[in-house]
Amino acid sequence: MAMAATDIEALIRAGIPDAEVTITDLAGDGDHYAARVVAASFAGLSRVRQHQAVYAALGGRMGGELHALQLETAVPSGDHQ
Amino acid sequence: MTDSNVRIDELVKANAVVLFMKGTALFPQCGFSSRAIAILEHLKVPYETVDVLQDPEIRQGIKAYSDWPTVPQLYVHGEFVGGSDIMMEMFESGELQQLVGVAAGPGS
Repeated sequence: MAMAATDIEALIRAGIPDAEVTITDLAGDGDHYAARVVAASFAGLSRVRQHQAVYAALGGRMGGELHALQLETAVPSGDHQ
Repeated sequence: MTDSNVRIDELVKANAVVLFMKGTALFPQCGFSSRAIAILEHLKVPYETVDVLQDPEIRQGIKAYSDWPTVPQLYVHGEFVGGSDIMMEMFESGELQQLVGVAAGPGS
């Protein structure tokens, strides 16, 4: 089952309130997305932990109804140490 | 630990570089697994693959093992590294080359 880009964005924002979320529908089929998630709260977390935070926000949909999500996470560029 | 956890643990510790994937290195069954293999091929290091499609127990167990919801999953020296997106980021930055112990390409 596919998910709407707006739903993905809303879930990530709900789970990570300071996140700036950009969703791209890669194939135009509502099933293959890329997400870029930038959040100051990611500072100090490993990439794995950052991605896990996004997956947690998606509440178990990843790998289920959300099959293909290419994920990129980052800390806002001004916040680099 | 459950049986699948023990089996996964053995695979992860027995192989310096091991990728849990859908399909085989020759015939990946998913775009993300295919991308992961392409990166490993670029690294030119020996690696082992585990086809989760052939083993339902490992297919489920690997998600709990690493608290990671998707396949492919790369492990290096017994540690979970990430999925194909993280592999790509680390390959581009040269971190992956460092992790597996090969020199990064020219210019990096």
